[in-house]
Amino acid sequence: MTDTPFDWMAAANKKAKGKRPEYFDDPEDERMLSILMAVVGEVSVLRERMDTVERLLDAKGTINRDDIERYTPDKQAAYERGAMIREYIYRVMRGPHQMVEELQQTEPPVEEVSRELKEI
Amino acid sequence: MSSSTTPEQKVTDQKLDVAPPYNAVARHGVSPTPSHDEVARFDFLANFNKFLSGSLGAGNQLTYDRRVLPAFLKEHGREPQDRFEIRHAMNDDPFHKFWSALKRNSMEMRQQNGRSMVLRQIDELNAKARQYNEGRDTLELNPEIDVPRYQSAVDIHCMPGSYHGEELSGDVSAGANYDCGIFATTAGGLGALSDGGGQALVDWIKKERPGWQPRRMLDIGTTVGHNIVPLALAFPDCEFIAIDTAAPILRYAHARAQSLGATNIRFIQANAEDLSRWDNGTFDWVQTTMFLHETSGKALPKIIAEGYRVLADNGLMLHLEQPEYSDAMPLFEQFLRDWDAFNNNEPFWSSMHALDMKEEMVKAGFDREELFETGVRAVVDQEIFPEAPTGEDEDHGRAAYWHAYGAWKNADQI
Ligand SMILES: C[S@@+](CC[C@H](N)C(=O)[O-])C[C@H]1O[C@@H](n2cnc3c(N)ncnc32)[C@H](O)[C@@H]1O
Repeated sequence: MTDTPFDWMAAANKKAKGKRPEYFDDPEDERMLSILMAVVGEVSVLRERMDTVERLLDAKGTINRDDIERYTPDKQAAYERGAMIREYIYRVMRGPHQMVEELQQTEPPVEEVSRELKEI
Repeated sequence: MSSSTTPEQKVTDQKLDVAPPYNAVARHGVSPTPSHDEVARFDFLANFNKFLSGSLGAGNQLTYDRRVLPAFLKEHGREPQDRFEIRHAMNDDPFHKFWSALKRNSMEMRQQNGRSMVLRQIDELNAKARQYNEGRDTLELNPEIDVPRYQSAVDIHCMPGSYHGEELSGDVSAGANYDCGIFATTAGGLGALSDGGGQALVDWIKKERPGWQPRRMLDIGTTVGHNIVPLALAFPDCEFIAIDTAAPILRYAHARAQSLGATNIRFIQANAEDLSRWDNGTFDWVQTTMFLHETSGKALPKIIAEGYRVLADNGLMLHLEQPEYSDAMPLFEQFLRDWDAFNNNEPFWSSMHALDMKEEMVKAGFDREELFETGVRAVVDQEIFPEAPTGEDEDHGRAAYWHAYGAWKNADQI
């Protein structure tokens, strides 16, 4: 028997024991949201990496991969990157975020407004 | 004070509430080394969790007040009687459902992201831990200690494999994953070494009993020792015993503590329900921090009673937890605080927080007059880490602000 190497990528995906709650009527929606949220996370990672590259290029003109891995933001850069992530989160979370505003005021369907405008 | 302006002082426009970067986390001898992108994953999650408990979380109260409660009143002709009725009603609400689904995903991502960082370097981490652990009598593992049912029924807080799981034999991945990811779920609220609770205890005891020198201290359910290492460093002449039922966690905890210079802690694999190896009155201080909610209805009183027995007269018992669900706490807040119980695999959380902790301590042997309660807020380097928000933006159940239930045993008789 050969020693099969430990597949850490598969192991990282292990499911936690305990039945997962269902949030949506269709179980496929659960899977879709999990994929979408993973992609949302990864896009943020790409943006942060791009920001690192840009900052290093600004500072040194030329860089290599080690520079990227070793990069540590100073306090101001850390704040700016936090703000960048926050801005990104607000942009992608627009839909659910607008639900909060919807809850603050009940609005008539636009059809109703349309009927009203015809008469005034 | 010097009159020169440091660069920090010029940074005056940092007004948005953003999480500190994961780079700011301090490293110790067995910390997993994050790649650039692994840092970025935790940066995303830390800020996303802030969004979930802040701006988006505000929708929970709104939807309750405007939609869920009015519909409940109409249907039942009365207010909800308890947090469970609120939960059942809220679970049908489209806003709350979506918010919960996002939060569950954030918890699952935190686990995946932490595990992938740890497991890709597991051989190095195990080797580093071995260097600190091998041949040291300050780590005592007992394979005959069983994993209690309340630890194995589900994987607590959706941590695959829980505290006791091993990927490779003798490995420390459970500890390393627990240690790295707590930054993301608390958005940095626990400080550079995630030990803000322990730091706060050091400050508290030095004010409460200036000059006190405990001889021996017991930390029950220590996990990776986050909150015992600061105390061990503050009381170098005290002998610390830190117990846990899970071996992988203890291997990591011991290596971490040794690398941080806390060599006066002995980590022992033991079950707190049975402390018979220690005589009556062995310890001057017995404590649990964020632990009791992960036990069970029968285990909790046993653990407190055993703790009482091994505590010496004039000794301190202290339990740090989230506040209990007293009658004074609005049912809606109780419901919010219960989210982890049902959505993040904390099956004893809800029942535990409904207990009257003072009553439990009296049952264990304390006089009611010996009991005290106090609030403990994580002590962090505020140049970098945020002070834990409480109130509107609080991440209920996770805020780095705890309630301490304590007692000095027979202090009045001395
Ligand atoms: C939530 S963690 C405690 C956190 C830790 N005290 C801190 O402040 O960072 C719960 C820990 O208790 C351990 N545990 C659970 N039941 C136990 C028992 N009966 N005796 C000892 N340890 C136990 C688990 O293995 C786990 O590591």
